[in-house]
Amino acid sequence: MSVSSIAGIAGAMLVGLGLYGFIVSPQLLRKVLAFSVLGSGVFLLFGVVARRGAGAGFHADPVPQALVITGIVVAFAASAIAVALILRLYAETGGVTLDPDAWSKDRGQSQE
Amino acid sequence: MTFYRALDLSLALLVVGIAAWTVLSRDLFGAVVGYVAYGLLLAIVWVRLLAPDVALTEAAIGGGATGVLIIAAGSRLRSMQTSEPGDTANGIQKALAAALSALVAIALAAVMLLLPEPAPTLAPQAAGGLEAAGLGNPVTATLMVYRGFDTMLEKAVLVLAVVGVWSIGPDRFWGGAPAPLGRTRPKRALVFLAQMIAPLGVLIGLHIFWVSADEPGGAFQGGAILAAMWIIVMIARLADPPRVGSRALRLALVSGPAVFVIVALLGPFLGGSFLSYPPGFVKPVILFVEAFMLLSIAAAIPLLIAGPPLRSPRP
Repeated sequence: MSVSSIAGIAGAMLVGLGLYGFIVSPQLLRKVLAFSVLGSGVFLLFGVVARRGAGAGFHADPVPQALVITGIVVAFAASAIAVALILRLYAETGGVTLDPDAWSKDRGQSQE
Repeated sequence: MTFYRALDLSLALLVVGIAAWTVLSRDLFGAVVGYVAYGLLLAIVWVRLLAPDVALTEAAIGGGATGVLIIAAGSRLRSMQTSEPGDTANGIQKALAAALSALVAIALAAVMLLLPEPAPTLAPQAAGGLEAAGLGNPVTATLMVYRGFDTMLEKAVLVLAVVGVWSIGPDRFWGGAPAPLGRTRPKRALVFLAQMIAPLGVLIGLHIFWVSADEPGGAFQGGAILAAMWIIVMIARLADPPRVGSRALRLALVSGPAVFVIVALLGPFLGGSFLSYPPGFVKPVILFVEAFMLLSIAAAIPLLIAGPPLRSPRP
């Protein structure tokens, strides 16, 4: 098995793990973490495509590499906005979960 | 050869295992620590894929900066030690989510194993830009010449993200400073570490930027290291986050995309097209643009971590 196949399978598994955590986790910060895992798995698939596209005297195709470098920075910026939204939600409601029961409980308490 | 195969296999197992820990761990702090370790190990995988430029970015931004972002958020929520809210998904929902995720993973793995031979590549086109620019690092040449437009837009996205984070804060604090990152009385060892490491880190960041014309590195990676130094200084409370109304700060933020756009617009007047560099001065002009990108990135990352303004603009 070449390094490309190994990294390709690992990247696919990372996408699966991240997707599972993103769906299942009720805690919003955990969702951001899981989404970052999902994103880095996708980037790893780009890395495999880059490695396979080695040519013109380069070890790896520089175009997917450049895309991933830009992508990592943009993914971080998006995570930062998500975290800022979560902190504002916490400041407004005192909760950081999408658990519908917890929401109705909070609202019930504030109305009383 | 067998050694490298064993290395690749164990690295892949380790990375997937730590990712599983990050996603499934019950406590948030453990998950964040797992995520930072995951970012660093993933950087080694990138080295094995012969992509050192990406490895540097993944280690610095993917693992480091995102880890700091979540740890800072967790400590602000004061929920790192308290118990997590219980899982709301029941057994059937979890099984469905697991089945869907497994299906996506298997499909992607199959695609990755069935990629066409010979692999399509844009390397020859990127190599053209390399020779024209007199650069030795193909990734820098791709970022600045062959796909310069993407890089320019990405710098604009970074500024927009900072504006987005700032605008999430309450109206009455607009123009004020974000909340301090560290505790009121930082440990003296931390202050000492920040004083020792910050000057060295600034040197390393500038070096990684400067060698990027020919060696792995670049404005992103160097900027991320400069940003890390500013974050350490802020956590040690040697300097608090600046007021978001500060003119100098805003100039530093927009300087990267602004200089890039001005140079791109000058292209047609110097005998080229939009985003073309003046012939004969390609490398110096690229380094000039990258220097401002470095400043922009080094300002934007700590501001994204510091969050929206939470202090009154007038003391």
